Amino acid sequence: MPEKVLLVDDEEDFLEALAERMQARGMEVSTTTSARDALKMTEQESYDAIVLDLMMPEMDGLEVLKTIKNRNPELQIILLTGHATVEKGIEAMKLGAMDFIEKPADLKDLMEKIKKAQAQKLILVEKQTTDKIKKIIQSKAW
Amino acid sequence: MDWHHETSGWSGLQFFGKMSASISHEIKNALATINETAGLLEDLTFLAEKGKPLDSERLKTLSGRIMKQVRRADEIVKNMNRFAHSIDDSVKSVELGEVLKLMAALSERFASMRGITLEMNPPSSPVAITTDPFFLNHLLWRCVDFAMNAAGQGKTVGLLTEETENGPRIRFTRLEGLAEAPAGTFPAQGEKDLLDALKAELRVDAEAGELVLALSRDISP
Repeated sequence: MPEKVLLVDDEEDFLEALAERMQARGMEVSTTTSARDALKMTEQESYDAIVLDLMMPEMDGLEVLKTIKNRNPELQIILLTGHATVEKGIEAMKLGAMDFIEKPADLKDLMEKIKKAQAQKLILVEKQTTDKIKKIIQSKAW
Repeated sequence: MDWHHETSGWSGLQFFGKMSASISHEIKNALATINETAGLLEDLTFLAEKGKPLDSERLKTLSGRIMKQVRRADEIVKNMNRFAHSIDDSVKSVELGEVLKLMAALSERFASMRGITLEMNPPSSPVAITTDPFFLNHLLWRCVDFAMNAAGQGKTVGLLTEETENGPRIRFTRLEGLAEAPAGTFPAQGEKDLLDALKAELRVDAEAGELVLALSRDISP
């Protein structure tokens, strides 16, 4: 199954080139240059991984990360930024980011992290389903 | 080193750090686009070797994109160099329009993060003053930062250099939200120190939605 990825970055040329390279490697990629659109897209669609720029107009990447994680804790977010600092990295991880990559990124490295994200999401979704079934079984007087 | 340099040392260093971090971020963005576009060219070459025909128009678009990013990075580095050299002399002759243009360019990222447009209006003829270039840059940044917060719904800050009968001045215009800004918070002590060092005056005109910075033509002792 191809990995379904959402790329969020306000650098349009960067976004287009990266998306095409990932698609050529068999991934299903959606893109947006807007943080607000990214929030809407994650409401409507499910993704295996979201690659998110940390500094964007409209909304801070950490803010977007927090909102998405609150709504969909199973979503795996990789922060991609030209502004990497140890503090921001720690903050992002505390907020639930799966990983933190500095621009310019190594595509091979990014692809590996996305594959890891897909596996991690599957585990989380499976656990959520098991918990749901358990809850239903316990709540019924069979 | 005089008292101005002593008192403004730490905040000046913070300002220098903030600008340097923003500049490095911009350079990294340009490098990331160059990296991915070059990678895409490599992918297309690989596919061509496997028999997929190369589209020459596509190649032109991609190489054009790389050149655009190189020009962008070059402009950023030029601005960084101008900014770094602003600490070379504590008193120097500068052209006001050029200094304001540099500060607008350095503030571009901060502006776009807040959804603000900086609208630069260069002077009709050059306005030369003898001043402390670094202190002037620092004060201009503080004014731009405050002006961006006061831009209000319009989300545009006008930057205007002009020569008046009372001397050179810079106006930060279209500050529709200035009336709502808490009174007496600007200029704060940091700005007052810089104004003092530059023998300048700052007037907050809430009614007109403007900050007016009147500068001395020469601060040499």
